[in-house]
Amino acid sequence: MNTHTSRRHTVWLTLLLTVLAIIFLVPVILVVLNSFKSRLYISSAPFSLPNGLTFVGLENYLTGLKTAGFAAAFGRSLFITVGAVLLIVFCTSMTAWYVVRVQSAWTRILYYLFVFSMIVPFQMVMYTMTYVVGRIGFDTVPGIVIVYLGFGAGLSVFMLCGFVRSIPLEIEEAATIDGCNPLQCFFRVVLPVMRPTAITVAVLNAMWIWNDYLLPYLVLGTDQKTIPVAIQISMQGAYGATDYGGLMAMLVLAIIPIIVFYLLAQKHIIRGVIAGAVKG
Amino acid sequence: MRNDIRRYFTVFALPTLAAFCMAFVVPFGLGVWLSFTRFTTVTNARFVGLDNYVRIFTTDSDFLHALGFTALFAVVSIVMVNVFAFALALLLTRGLRGTNLFRSVFFMPNLIGGIVLGYIWSLLINGVLAFWGVDITYSATYGFWGLILLNNWQLIGYMMVIYIAGLQNIPGELIEAAAIDGASSFKALWRVKIPLVMPSLTICTFLTLTNSFKMFDQNLALTAGAPERSTQMLALNIYQTFYGRSGWQGVGQAKAVLFFLLVALLAFVQLRLTRSREVDA
Repeated sequence: MNTHTSRRHTVWLTLLLTVLAIIFLVPVILVVLNSFKSRLYISSAPFSLPNGLTFVGLENYLTGLKTAGFAAAFGRSLFITVGAVLLIVFCTSMTAWYVVRVQSAWTRILYYLFVFSMIVPFQMVMYTMTYVVGRIGFDTVPGIVIVYLGFGAGLSVFMLCGFVRSIPLEIEEAATIDGCNPLQCFFRVVLPVMRPTAITVAVLNAMWIWNDYLLPYLVLGTDQKTIPVAIQISMQGAYGATDYGGLMAMLVLAIIPIIVFYLLAQKHIIRGVIAGAVKG
Repeated sequence: MRNDIRRYFTVFALPTLAAFCMAFVVPFGLGVWLSFTRFTTVTNARFVGLDNYVRIFTTDSDFLHALGFTALFAVVSIVMVNVFAFALALLLTRGLRGTNLFRSVFFMPNLIGGIVLGYIWSLLINGVLAFWGVDITYSATYGFWGLILLNNWQLIGYMMVIYIAGLQNIPGELIEAAAIDGASSFKALWRVKIPLVMPSLTICTFLTLTNSFKMFDQNLALTAGAPERSTQMLALNIYQTFYGRSGWQGVGQAKAVLFFLLVALLAFVQLRLTRSREVDA
């Protein structure tokens, strides 16, 4: 009797969750469906399925993207994200090790500066940062990668420092006795141990940089658009002249890499995001 | 203490430090200074004392409106996001089949960027409102609830994962003991599960709070403040003061300083609360 009711319970709960999951997916499905419709039918009838009249196949993807310079934006976003994440993980893991192992007033101040930067909202520094970066001449695609290193340093160094403190000093001492200098010691002994945390840091930074809008918009302007900037700019056209077909195609192509990445590395992503949450 | 590493400062610390100074330290200091000046480009700054801070509250009613709008938005978001996220977490810790799949689906929106989210929802919301012949910029109420809907969609899955972790940390014996003592499942929830996930609740509350306060991309993409700047949140208000009104850059920077102090205060309170809870547990 009891197991019978609990089984019925289970069926109802699974059904409820299925309905909720579908509701969660509706916005994304809607965009995908509309990306195959003629642009005239998107804003006027977003909920109708593509049919013989409205279906345009890949036209939105081919023509809509060309006018917005989307292919270039895609490549640029990819380059900036991959470049910045590699640079951040490489540089901040070295810095974190240095900050933890060299204990002086300076490294302590440095550590607290990194922690401090995590709570400062972007609006506080956006105007002056754009000015400084422009003056140095880093307002280019390779330059912005370095800007991201500066902005990502706070959270990344903080998380990596937390991990380095848990590495027993003995293994490094053993390496030193075996004749390793600090460089060899770091790359042969410490870095391999840091891998899990480094992956977490990489994931957090990748999600942030891929989706970031304001920083690339302010630093690179509208000539060198990343994906979020291209999407925002294409919507700022005169009212009524907006190419909704191209917009839908862009939204789909902006989401696809995230979903692929998510499917490939779900465990790391969820762990990374949660680690970022508990930072306090 | 390892003095041999110190000699490698240029390799280990300098690159990060240089980029950090360029992107954060110098702009931060410069920003604080500029909030006390009047300027149109950084080079022509002229010291005016607290004038900018006074102007925020005397000649610009938009900032206080944005503050109120953001605060209300944050409060409604905290309640809704946490209730839904906790409910989903309860459902997904019952060992049902397909739990992992459901968790993945609910979490997915969190990975999509603010600009993309904003336009996805503007398609959906404007599509629904079109039946009444209006769109989201028709009234501030529509904009408000549109943003709430979007924020829920984005944050519920994220907070759900934190609650799931909290619920899974509860020792099974405690729930069993409660059941043996004759507690109904409702009582077990109220007396055992909820008190024990309080640390997760604190974290989720503050995460929703700071996320809501700092929201910019979603606001820009969904309503851009329309109609008449009435759905402008703090970050967007600061942005438009900087880049929308010439001669107001100093006021924009002063607003940014206040914004920073507000967010820092929230972070500080959060830290104190999470620390003290950890001691309790």
